[in-house]
Amino acid sequence: MAQIYFDDVKAGQDITTLVQNCNSQRLVFWAAGSGDYYQIHYDKDFAQGTGLPERIVHGALKHALLGRMLHEWIGEQGRVQRVACSYRGMDMIDKDVICKGVVTGTKSENGQNLVDLEIWTEDPSGQKTTPGTATVALPSRS
Amino acid sequence: MTQATVITDDMRAAIGRESDPVTYEVDNTGCRQFARAVGYTDPVFYDETYASTRGYRGILAPPGFLGHPITIPSQQPRAPGGFGLDIPFKRVLNGGTDVEYFDDVCAGDTLTATTKLADLSEREGRMGPMLILNTETTYKNQAGQTVAIARGTAIRY
Repeated sequence: MAQIYFDDVKAGQDITTLVQNCNSQRLVFWAAGSGDYYQIHYDKDFAQGTGLPERIVHGALKHALLGRMLHEWIGEQGRVQRVACSYRGMDMIDKDVICKGVVTGTKSENGQNLVDLEIWTEDPSGQKTTPGTATVALPSRS
Repeated sequence: MTQATVITDDMRAAIGRESDPVTYEVDNTGCRQFARAVGYTDPVFYDETYASTRGYRGILAPPGFLGHPITIPSQQPRAPGGFGLDIPFKRVLNGGTDVEYFDDVCAGDTLTATTKLADLSEREGRMGPMLILNTETTYKNQAGQTVAIARGTAIRY
């Protein structure tokens, strides 16, 4: 993973997209990893009993996937400082969750080189289901 | 214009109220299990020795992981986000998550979290009236440093 430097980042720049399929095994991994055992995410009958068409991807998993996209973009010397998102649309089980981001601004604050981003997830039809914002710190070349 | 409201004076009085502290353990297995769930391959989330070569004091906690609460069945914690409010809606949706970090969180850390009800609002949604609870949880590590603030939105309808 190549290191990205603050000096080379500009507003408007896209960051590397992350695609993660969210099948039932992924959602069970997440239930165990996060401690969220709500059955609408892994029990089809239960999910349909609450009026949902199918099991749905956990919102917090989408938040964590956005965090992974950022971690994988910033390289070893970067730090994820803030990840915020709203769960506007549901993502159904077995579909890809597509994480994207674009740089909105850069600033130097308290000796840190910070990059602000707009981030979001899309479903396979291109619908933005989880819009948000993030801030990461990057190393400088100088 | 008079509108029906589900926000009672009792509910309004709860705004700003802080929960009892809850202890969260950040351990090696917890970090690895969370990292695996998210699909990470970076060994900084799995391998203690490798993490130390990157300058971390232990396995790095993946973004979004702030440990697991200590669960003791005989000591049921207060329902998260409930704040003892008498809410007339049964169903819950997670509206959003915002985690801001002030320092690294690594395996071996013990975090103490207090949650306060930051705001209450209501809205008419597609599925009827909705009550929106904004919470703010502050996580301090064993040294008393604030390492993260998590802001959550719970939708009751």
